[in-house]
Amino acid sequence: MTESAAAGIHPQPAAALAPTKLRVRDLNFYYNGFHALKGINMDIPEKKVTAIIGPSGCGKSTLLRIFNRIYAIYPKLEAKGEIMLDEENILDTRYSMNKLRSKVGMVFQKPVPFPMTIFENVAYGIRHHERLSRADMEIRVEQALRSAALWDEVKDKLKQNALGLSGGQQQRLCIARGIALKPEVLLLDEPTSALDPIATGRIEQLVEELKSEYTIVIVTHNMQQAARCSDLTAFMYLGELIEFDRTEQIFTKPGKKQTEDYITGRFG
Amino acid sequence: MLSSSLYLRRRVKNVIALGLSSVATLIGLVFLAWILWETLRQGIGAINWNLFSKISVYRENGGLANAMVGSLILDLLGIAIATPIGVLAGTWLAEYANRTRLGESIRFLNDILLSAPSIVLGLFVYTIVVLPTTALTHGDTTFSGLAGGIALALIALPVIVRTTDEMLRLVPSTLREAALSLGIPQWKLTMQILMRGARSGIITGVLLALARISGETAPLLFTAFGNNFLTFNPMDKMPSLPQAIYEYTKDPDPAINAIAWAGAFVITMFVLALSLLSRLILSRNKVSHD
Repeated sequence: MTESAAAGIHPQPAAALAPTKLRVRDLNFYYNGFHALKGINMDIPEKKVTAIIGPSGCGKSTLLRIFNRIYAIYPKLEAKGEIMLDEENILDTRYSMNKLRSKVGMVFQKPVPFPMTIFENVAYGIRHHERLSRADMEIRVEQALRSAALWDEVKDKLKQNALGLSGGQQQRLCIARGIALKPEVLLLDEPTSALDPIATGRIEQLVEELKSEYTIVIVTHNMQQAARCSDLTAFMYLGELIEFDRTEQIFTKPGKKQTEDYITGRFG
Repeated sequence: MLSSSLYLRRRVKNVIALGLSSVATLIGLVFLAWILWETLRQGIGAINWNLFSKISVYRENGGLANAMVGSLILDLLGIAIATPIGVLAGTWLAEYANRTRLGESIRFLNDILLSAPSIVLGLFVYTIVVLPTTALTHGDTTFSGLAGGIALALIALPVIVRTTDEMLRLVPSTLREAALSLGIPQWKLTMQILMRGARSGIITGVLLALARISGETAPLLFTAFGNNFLTFNPMDKMPSLPQAIYEYTKDPDPAINAIAWAGAFVITMFVLALSLLSRLILSRNKVSHD
């Protein structure tokens, strides 16, 4: 344990690992006046998998939902502080939402395909940001579906409604839809909590493959999942970032008693 | 001993509650069945070719062809006016004003309009459409199919606003978040994704609004006024099936009364067909989503 960790926050456990992609400073978040996130500081490294764990209601999903400002679609929510993405503050209201959402993709807890064909599900987002010829679009969709390890299962039924896919396939389609925009950061909000163990395994394997190209932040309830597929783990409790360190450190020699209690199952 | 008496009491209460609610359901159904049976019995006997081929000016030797055509024109006018306004207003409520105070107030006002007496709406249209245009024509009264269509639109409007609003709010918010997180702007999300999800529900709402206005008489009395001749011109006084039934029922001649029954039968079948169609649309959509 380093000195800064002992002092409370440890924003840069990965300084040696990779350059910082998202730098969070003094982030506070309020739900209708309720102080949901308290003074979060953390540096999320580029092209690594950062897992956020913690008991229900600790603010981990809230934190993730600030990274692409999706929270802003609801009234009375307020984020204060700074989140630097490539030296620009995404919380600045002048920061273009279009740019942010094309740089930061998100996959949700429940797979939510659009009510369209499999092909259109992937093409729809691309079409909004780029003008591609039909042939180029087909290549892009295929690439995205291949990266999401779904191509072989759907290549013969691209014209079918995406709602006919299984839950695991739908979730990989949602990942394909996200990476089709070539984002730099991919946010995964408990992406496997609605899936069976086999589908979960495939998604985890996919996360492992995707990290060579994307900075991945994954919120999970499942500690084994965090241990299996992340490089860094952040533990949150009651709106505070308790500990943020290399995953093996968190799971073998956590610096804080609360972290240890949580990962050993004493609460949460 | 104690527990068995407790169970006995609960079972007695259960039987009473079940009995009361069953009786209440039965009372409702008995009247519905009775109405349908009477309409069928009295109406089907009076159905003949004249009903559909002759107009009401021939009285007992005529039919209701002009009233049926008039009703179709009036109902379509009403739906054509109410649908775009209603769908857009419902969309605004669900997507832009949801959970805001203004949105809640408008939703509340819409519910009041939904239960407003239809004769009041008829008088309203009489005051704002028929009377002012009468002044323009130097005193000729300007009852018209168009005025009738506007009155019917006011009845259909809150039904369409409400179903659109409700159907859009049934679309899970995760779908909105997923689209917005791809950078899709709100208007594209609404038009291209949410509408697709809510489409069958909205069509059902429009069909139910059509069923509702096709049986309305009161709002047409001072607006479309009625006409014993066949007309396709919406600026003319226009006859309608419900109004013909209303007038024929008051007639002392049983032969005329029989034509009213036949008209009632036709409307009932029309409304029944619309209800079945909307059921079909909804259920087919559900199957394809699962």
